[in-house]
Amino acid sequence: MKICELKLVIHSPLPTPHSPPPLPTLMSRLLAIAIWLTAIVTAGLFAWSKWRLPESVAAHSAMIDHQFKITLAVIGVGFLLAHAALGYVVWRYRAKDGERASPSQGNARVEFILAGCVAVVFIALAITGQRVWARLRLNQAPPGAVQIEAVAQQFVWNFRYPGPDGKFGRTDPRLYRDADNSIGARPGPLGLDPNDPLGKDDIVTPTLVAPANRPISLSLLSKDVIHDFYVPALRMKQDAVPGMKINIHFTATREGRYEIACAELCGQFHHQMRAYLDVKSPRDYEEWLKKNGKQ
Amino acid sequence: MSEEIQALPQIKKPATFIGKYVFSRDHKIIGLQYFFLALAAALAGTLMSLLIRLRLAWPQERWPLLEMIFPNGFSDGLMKPEFYLAMVTMHGTMMVFMVLSVAPQSAFGNYFLPIQIGAREMVFPRLNMLSFWLTFASFVVLIAALFVAGGAPIGGWTFYPPLSAIASAGPGQGAGADLWLVSIGVFCLAAFLGSINFIVTTLTRRTKGMSLMRMPLTCWGWFTTACISLLAFPVLLVAGLLLFLDRNFGMSFFKPAGLVVTGQVIEGGGGSPLLWQHLFWFFGHPEVYLVIIPVMGVISHVMATFARKPVFGHRAMVTAMLAIGALGFLIWGHHMFVSGMNPRLGLAFSVLTLVIGVPSAVKTFNWLGTLWGARIRFTTPMLFAIGFVSLFVSGGVTGLVLGQMALDMVFHDTYFVTGHFHMVMGVAAVFGIFAATYYWFPKMFGRMMNETMGKLHFWLTFAGVYAIFVPFHLLGIAGHPRRYADTLWFDFLKPLEPLHIFITIAAFVTAAAQLIFAGNFLLSLRKGARAGDNPWEATTLEWTVATPPPMENFAGRLPVVHRGPYEYSTPGAAKDYSMQTESLD
Repeated sequence: MKICELKLVIHSPLPTPHSPPPLPTLMSRLLAIAIWLTAIVTAGLFAWSKWRLPESVAAHSAMIDHQFKITLAVIGVGFLLAHAALGYVVWRYRAKDGERASPSQGNARVEFILAGCVAVVFIALAITGQRVWARLRLNQAPPGAVQIEAVAQQFVWNFRYPGPDGKFGRTDPRLYRDADNSIGARPGPLGLDPNDPLGKDDIVTPTLVAPANRPISLSLLSKDVIHDFYVPALRMKQDAVPGMKINIHFTATREGRYEIACAELCGQFHHQMRAYLDVKSPRDYEEWLKKNGKQ
Repeated sequence: MSEEIQALPQIKKPATFIGKYVFSRDHKIIGLQYFFLALAAALAGTLMSLLIRLRLAWPQERWPLLEMIFPNGFSDGLMKPEFYLAMVTMHGTMMVFMVLSVAPQSAFGNYFLPIQIGAREMVFPRLNMLSFWLTFASFVVLIAALFVAGGAPIGGWTFYPPLSAIASAGPGQGAGADLWLVSIGVFCLAAFLGSINFIVTTLTRRTKGMSLMRMPLTCWGWFTTACISLLAFPVLLVAGLLLFLDRNFGMSFFKPAGLVVTGQVIEGGGGSPLLWQHLFWFFGHPEVYLVIIPVMGVISHVMATFARKPVFGHRAMVTAMLAIGALGFLIWGHHMFVSGMNPRLGLAFSVLTLVIGVPSAVKTFNWLGTLWGARIRFTTPMLFAIGFVSLFVSGGVTGLVLGQMALDMVFHDTYFVTGHFHMVMGVAAVFGIFAATYYWFPKMFGRMMNETMGKLHFWLTFAGVYAIFVPFHLLGIAGHPRRYADTLWFDFLKPLEPLHIFITIAAFVTAAAQLIFAGNFLLSLRKGARAGDNPWEATTLEWTVATPPPMENFAGRLPVVHRGPYEYSTPGAAKDYSMQTESLD
């Protein structure tokens, strides 16, 4: 005990009017290290954590994932550079007794060059990002795509297939019968007009059944409030807005069952609005169509 | 120093307590009223966020004690999903409107704008009083929404119709939603009136020598923000009015034909849900900037003081603020990439969104430039200012992900978005508010805040907000939609539950750390060391007046300004700071 105290006395420098006070040094070191550490841990979590993009079965996902990686790399570099610099100035430029700061008021040239570089990088990102979007959303579904309708309502997804005639029958909001939702039910939850011959062969199901490796053209509708058709495994999200018919298209490459969620707050049980995307082999799909279309 | 330049007519001093502190026309009292209103709202908003976090971490846990407090929000001790959504809505509304739109602009702006430009008062003191009391009324109405039948609205702070237009669309969408609309309408009116006062005061009440470029960057922040408020709030006011008419007077601005909610066909038709989104975000995106721009001003101001250096690139800082303010009106569509808006429209919004990153990067660069070659004094306000820069960068860069349509399609309405905006307009702005509080507390209350408690508060909060909001991004990358009351219904969400538990624990620790701030605040009010007129050795006009500043600020003698706002470490000067009122010779 005594020896420790003695050591402390010997080692602590005598306070002189011109030596920097110990606390600013400590604070500057601590803060710089905290800034660097935060940046490294944050960047590390983004790069290597086990929480990653969900596995994807969409044909377009490679394009999106590539753009995400490029963007992450760009912002990662910017983020780390900014934090490296912030930590550096905090470490280096603490107050010292009797010393004055540099009176520099800025450097317009450096500023212009930097703003120019940032602008080039950001606009390049925006343009490459637009190419991805354009390929997904600015073209029509290829001819021969499977036509399906997704109709959202508070807390259920309905899907409709046009049947062998390839045409959807007329629906009427006054005919909605949510309780009677078996596949062959008329008018059923979508209010199929029993007098319209086009609707006789329509199939209405709670599961989105789709053939693998064939483009799917999906029309999104809503019966009540805004919902959002969200399939993590498709890297895809699109609002279903009442009064609008919004078309999207995609191709699923692998058979399996994937979860469909609602991503736009739609009410009390928003978090329970689940359906499945069932991707079948083309043969199984045709069989499924035949089996359900007869009724 | 200051000289008498005109015989100032004496404003009649209020004699009664009510005239002095309640219906006050003194901009400083009004500033403090706004400040305490924001503190109360921050307390309410934080408590709401803790309730949200409880449900997310332990959705199947029973909370009988909470059920005693909120009998309608719980059943058998379990938090109902509609109560969770009501808390989500109210937390967002409380924080965005009553805290972030009030504290940086209305509170500190009201208190310090007139002093910093050398004015005795705001141009329209009565209007100023009206603005505050309207804001207060709006706060009361918002709180009342919690207690009406059905509870508070559940549609989120963005209030998208038709969910918000139809009372039967969910619990809380009845009277609660009407009160919400009334509250926000009144708030918009108050903010609009306040902005007029700020603009006219800045343009007409600057003292002799106070040219625009000699104004501190805080004043530029408040001025720019007032211009944004002037243009943005009326749009939300009108949108809210239309929605109110939809709800209560049979109009149909936002309801298309053929809606069926809970089996009932809804009357009306011809309206468009997207119209609301355009109007809302035409306000809502500038809103983000009207939160962050005054904070940027505060950060520059605090940073110059404790770096003992002029702000790096003063003119560029002003230009960047104005550029952000103007560009902020052109990018609202980036909230609507997957809304059903024509996908071609997104192209323009996306490019402009990334372009607004440029002035933001310039500002960050200039803050680093200000610290370069500095002699930093690590006071508590300075720690928060440096912390702000870190958070602003961390929250800002993810905007480059969300600004791209194809990536937004993946991350829209996931926790990635929630993490992004909490980082940049949430806690970064809150760090600005803390910096301003620690910095100006001595001027406002005449006493210093405790530095040890302040530093402890900083360290816990800095670590806490990263621990909370970095995992938000990870949840988002894994695909977790926001506003989900639990993760029990989806296989892809179940593995994310441990992150929710971690975030909730971090949130409770960080919230508890705010008690240190509250304790420090209350203790320092009574027992803090007496502050002199200029405890930080700063240069601007608020440090030339008495502490706390008297009625009309300058005791009958308006100051004359001879210098720029941040003349620190001027070579050859006797001290390392030259106040704006010091003559050049």
